[in-house]
Amino acid sequence: MSTNKVIHALYNDDDILMDAVKKVKDAHHHIEEVFCPFPVHGLDKAMGLAPTRLAITAFFYGITGLSVAVWLTWYTMIADWPQDIGGKPNFSWATNMPAFVPILFELTVFFAAHLMVITFYMRSRLWPFKDAENPDPRTTDDHFLMEIPVHGNEDELKALLETTGAVEINVVDKH
Amino acid sequence: MSSHYESSYREPLVLGNKSYHDITEDIAKPIEGKANKNWYIAFYISLAAMLWGFGCIFYTVGTGIGVWGLNKNIGWAWDITNFVWWVGIGHAGTLISAVLLLFRQKWRMAINRSAEAMTIFAVFQAGLFPIIHMGRPWNGYWVLPIPNQFGSLWVNFNSPLLWDVFAISTYLSVSLVFWWTGLLPDFAMIRDRAVKPFQKKIYALLSFGWSGRAKDWQRFEEVSLVLAGLATPLVLSVHTIVSMDFATSINPGWHSTIFPPYFVAGAIFSGFAMVQTLLGIMRKVTNMEEYITRLHVEYMNIVIILTGGIVAVAYASEFFIAWYTGSPYENYTYMSVGAATGPYGWAFWSLILFNIAIPQLLWFKKLRRSFIVSFLISIAINIGMWFERFDIIAIVLSKGHLPSTWWRFEPTFVDVGIFVGTIGFFFVLFLLYARTFPVIAQAEVKTILKSSGENFKKLREENNEH
Repeated sequence: MSTNKVIHALYNDDDILMDAVKKVKDAHHHIEEVFCPFPVHGLDKAMGLAPTRLAITAFFYGITGLSVAVWLTWYTMIADWPQDIGGKPNFSWATNMPAFVPILFELTVFFAAHLMVITFYMRSRLWPFKDAENPDPRTTDDHFLMEIPVHGNEDELKALLETTGAVEINVVDKH
Repeated sequence: MSSHYESSYREPLVLGNKSYHDITEDIAKPIEGKANKNWYIAFYISLAAMLWGFGCIFYTVGTGIGVWGLNKNIGWAWDITNFVWWVGIGHAGTLISAVLLLFRQKWRMAINRSAEAMTIFAVFQAGLFPIIHMGRPWNGYWVLPIPNQFGSLWVNFNSPLLWDVFAISTYLSVSLVFWWTGLLPDFAMIRDRAVKPFQKKIYALLSFGWSGRAKDWQRFEEVSLVLAGLATPLVLSVHTIVSMDFATSINPGWHSTIFPPYFVAGAIFSGFAMVQTLLGIMRKVTNMEEYITRLHVEYMNIVIILTGGIVAVAYASEFFIAWYTGSPYENYTYMSVGAATGPYGWAFWSLILFNIAIPQLLWFKKLRRSFIVSFLISIAINIGMWFERFDIIAIVLSKGHLPSTWWRFEPTFVDVGIFVGTIGFFFVLFLLYARTFPVIAQAEVKTILKSSGENFKKLREENNEH
């Protein structure tokens, strides 16, 4: 008996899946993963997933971008080579700041957006040449797949899943 | 079913008796099938135009900007007109996917993918013009703040032209990332049903190994929301900054404080018109009639009336202020009696006709729900918005402060060729996109099928669930 055995229960409706997830959770089984073809609202809460902190990272990336922009405009325009352009000399960063607002804004957005997306790709392990890990190709079409690890309770789990409206139940060895 | 409730008074957004699998089939069909004759005809015409444009670009770069119709007073004309026109067109895509996402507008889901593709391709075209106009495009990297061989001479951050560099590159790159992130689940869908090994490899590469875990979807939705929040002010900032290229100058007709909001409204106006033009054709060619419905067309037309109204009010106030100043210089701005009766009167009246008069037809419900009328009006707006930029630039520059500086601008075949070339390039990209990319965000459409699908609405009605 291998400990790497998992049950794959397939569903073909998001509402039935949600009820099934709740039922499995109520029976105190651990749901390893659910693969979906589209976002199912409330699924993360039902599965007990922690909320994502990506929005918080975006805020800090934005602050970083703003700081870079402040430093860049100050260093190039005020410190390194101050010029008198169109009768408007560059005395101090504060007095020139209004002219830098577009740059401050654009770099804030640039850093926040790109670094957040890169963080998302890294955390969710998405990059070119990465192999897909959904166990069944139907999960990007119209099927939902719930993966539950088996710990010697295969028959009990199967019986429970039968009652939740699964269209297919497979026991597979995960490598 | 109760979690998918939507009032039965709302018109369905997905027509026909669809299941999740039907949506997959419909979106994958144009990619898996073969292109028809019309596609090839359109593609070769666009390709020819593109190559002609590239030829004109090589001629310009090889010989010099002198091959354009510019002269000592009109140093900006078709190139910047085309630049602003393309940037404006590039406004609808991210507006649809970002602003409408924040407002939770479900109708965006059928059109956001193509509108964003249009945005990205249009911004490519826009970006070409300033680079060609440099004359020495291999020195284009001088616009970047990098240490260079002149010691520590830096770019000028006080200049609106440099703000433009930052605004447009941020906009292009963020739009591209937003678009691609949304594409991952749809590429994965194509990958998982592909039968040809080569096709499977390509879509596996494009999908970045998307697997659709619950956690991935949770992050995906959060990232989409935050990107929408970031992209919303970004969209508005881009054309604001483009308008500052003019508004911060001291030419009468350009030095105008209403330019930023007025340019943004104009950009959305022209962007939606171009979406209307493209989708009017695409829904037929790729058989997406049940996803891009009359209702979508009507909603877009309503946005066009609103933004077109803002533009019309801006024209009216520019015209009034030019007259009210009593200054003879103001009498030659693009919105003035002088412009209406002068040598560029035809351009002035084209603008009034295409941009103000014709779009008013959309007040009639019957007309704004008609595919063919919407298509024709959208073409009129595309032309009108080109004239707006031409008028602002060429008319204002053609009448300087001294009568001895009064010149006219005549485009050469090179000016025309490059413009036609960018239109060809744009359509080449769009046609290739329509054959190889999932043209509708199918994962998102599946989330609204139960609430806004026609068959599910009927089912609820039969069960008396109102």
